[in-house]
Amino acid sequence: MSIRSAGDSEMSVSEADDLPLFAPSKKVYPQSVSGPFRRLKWGLLVVCLAIYYLLPFLRWDRGPNLPDQAILLDLAHNRFYFFFIEIWPQEVYYFTGLLVLAAFVLFLMNAVAGRIWCGYLCPQTVWTDLFLAVERAFEGDRRERMQRDDAPWSADKLWRKGAKHLVWLMIAWWTGGAWVLYFADAPTLVRQLATLTAPGMAYVWIGILTFTTYALAGHMREQVCKFMCPWPRIQAALTDDEALNVTYRYDRGEPRVSVKQAARLRAAGQPAGDCVDCRQCIAVCPTGIDIRDGAQLDCIQCGLCIDACDTVMDKIGRPARLIGYDTEANLKRRQDGLAPVYRPLRLRTAIYAALILLVGGAMLYQLATRSTVGISVLHERTPLFVRLHDGSLRNAYTVRLLNKRPETRPFALSVAGLPGIGVEAVGVRATADFRPVIDVDPDSSREVRVLVTVPPGTPLEQSQVITFTASDLFAGEVVRTQDHFIAP
Amino acid sequence: MDPHHEPHSHEIDAHTGIATTGHEWDGIRELNTPLPRWWLGIFYATIVWSIGYWIVYPSWPLISGATRGVIGYATRAAIADDMAELQARRASQAAGLTQASLEQIKADPNLFRIAMAQGKAAFGDNCVACHGVGGAGGKGFPNLNDDDWLWGGTPDAIQQTLQHGIRVATDSDTRISQMPAFGRDGILKRDEIVAVANHVRALAGLPTDAKADLARGRQIFADTCAACHGPQGKGNQEMGAPNLTDAITLYGMDLPTITETITNGRGGVMPAWGPRLDPTTIKALTVYVHSLGGGQ
Repeated sequence: MSIRSAGDSEMSVSEADDLPLFAPSKKVYPQSVSGPFRRLKWGLLVVCLAIYYLLPFLRWDRGPNLPDQAILLDLAHNRFYFFFIEIWPQEVYYFTGLLVLAAFVLFLMNAVAGRIWCGYLCPQTVWTDLFLAVERAFEGDRRERMQRDDAPWSADKLWRKGAKHLVWLMIAWWTGGAWVLYFADAPTLVRQLATLTAPGMAYVWIGILTFTTYALAGHMREQVCKFMCPWPRIQAALTDDEALNVTYRYDRGEPRVSVKQAARLRAAGQPAGDCVDCRQCIAVCPTGIDIRDGAQLDCIQCGLCIDACDTVMDKIGRPARLIGYDTEANLKRRQDGLAPVYRPLRLRTAIYAALILLVGGAMLYQLATRSTVGISVLHERTPLFVRLHDGSLRNAYTVRLLNKRPETRPFALSVAGLPGIGVEAVGVRATADFRPVIDVDPDSSREVRVLVTVPPGTPLEQSQVITFTASDLFAGEVVRTQDHFIAP
Repeated sequence: MDPHHEPHSHEIDAHTGIATTGHEWDGIRELNTPLPRWWLGIFYATIVWSIGYWIVYPSWPLISGATRGVIGYATRAAIADDMAELQARRASQAAGLTQASLEQIKADPNLFRIAMAQGKAAFGDNCVACHGVGGAGGKGFPNLNDDDWLWGGTPDAIQQTLQHGIRVATDSDTRISQMPAFGRDGILKRDEIVAVANHVRALAGLPTDAKADLARGRQIFADTCAACHGPQGKGNQEMGAPNLTDAITLYGMDLPTITETITNGRGGVMPAWGPRLDPTTIKALTVYVHSLGGGQ
């Protein structure tokens, strides 16, 4: 860089440097559209919302001592119920496994056909679609909305906008209302909400979800996808040339000319593309982009531009799918005069599928073979050991027994590892073969103080391993764990 | 740019369309970009809020104290309310403890669980300073996990000790006894103390000094110590006299420590908790201490 003289300071630097660093985003007014992708999206919207709103009411009989809600996150009692599965807090790794599985499914979907999640299934997309439908019902389609927004305030504008926001808030409230139903018995909570006797936390969470739904689906919409969501960035790194994506076939569309001029050019033997530059694909786009610019971060790949373009192509008598699901590789192949090839089975899809099978299989195996009893032992640290008056030595432990069955179970506790070792559970009187028998309530855990005593004269090192065994006296299930016996 | 030219403070910057502040350094002018409106809105809202706060809550410091605020809020009163609420919440569970006897509590798993929880908490608040976490004890402070008791390890005896303490001058029912200072008060001479100390070690099955006159020690023990500790040194819980023959010792069984004990006497104290804690807490503490491992 050369040193400039003072006189040069007025000189403008390059054009690009002169542009403002921040460009306020333009409001997007998506136009309504009809076609197979729109119908698919409506269908998925109904299915997704139905699942979300109705799932809490699904019942699942687990016997007399447990809740009968199919899906319940019982935070008060630290239990998560999912149909036949009951998860305790210490088994939270199942959630981790579920998230890992979900990530791999997302990767696989992405490798096969792009951002299916973003375009069709993401709650942000589903709720935004719903909110847009409400907006259209009150304020009309794209052109009408744009004109009304430009016009000064009037009674008509006021009631339409007011009614729209009211309906939005109602939907948002119900979104929050359904959310809390997953955390308590749904029919009871609905009754409590109706009579204003629900726990305060329920209202707080409904309030939070009402606000986020109203803000994200009503006001922020595509900005969430463009600026807040990490997935577009991640998927950009995961995709490849063979992944199906919503694609504009520029080999067929360019150069863009009107119908009349295309006829003229073609008659003269000159090239003319199928794209008539009607800009319908831009008008219907929920993120306000031009798909003809190629694959881009802002495209959620909802396929609505395919519907819009097909409608126009149908009207002017040209073949459909000028915009359609296609791959980058096929665009190049077509340019080279080759036939398009679809390769859903590739190394990366095979790896993702294998990983899904692996993680899913490991989780299923773990779930199928998991124990319904647990034991954990904590050595008392103050004091580490106690000398009794006859010279015998005692260590104290806190033993916690878990009973994951819906009935009370008696566990006989024994300790092995040293000659003459004796075990006693404080506050427990029942015994079987000199072993204390600890009753554990249905679906709960019980903590007992356990005293382990070794007679005087036993040769002891500073620390030796002993084994705690709890056996279910009825079902015979046995669980073991090890700890140390500490001596002076 | 002309250095003498002072730009007008309201001069509009051509590029951004925003007014300048009038400050200029080396030809660079500072834009007077307004604060974001949302930020300003919150700023003014906090000012309005603070006025309401001054009125409602104690806020302005005065010479002694502060303005009280119209709702009469005070942190001290809030704590009192919280404590009262805690008592009320515990009441239903504590009611069972209050009425049940120690035997009933031990027999009922639910009451036992509540008593243990309350007892553990109360022990942590009141007892660990001397007896240590978990009742591990230390020199002069009994280990509550072992099965050797100065004043008895039955639930009733433990409750009595908790209620009235040990050597509490103001409590007529307190546990009291006195190990005399045999040496300091001139009851025994130095060589007599050494002899009896060696005899005490012999009682406990510990090796004695080769030069010790054990026969003399035995005689002195029978004359002077057996009244409380018993002829065999097995102790007497009625008088809080420790068993000298078992494996457990409060102060130590090495010769210098025994000599010191005989010379100066011992008289550990424990506060009476009756006047400080409510009867239910004392009951819970009794159950907890009894359950540490040494209860009889």
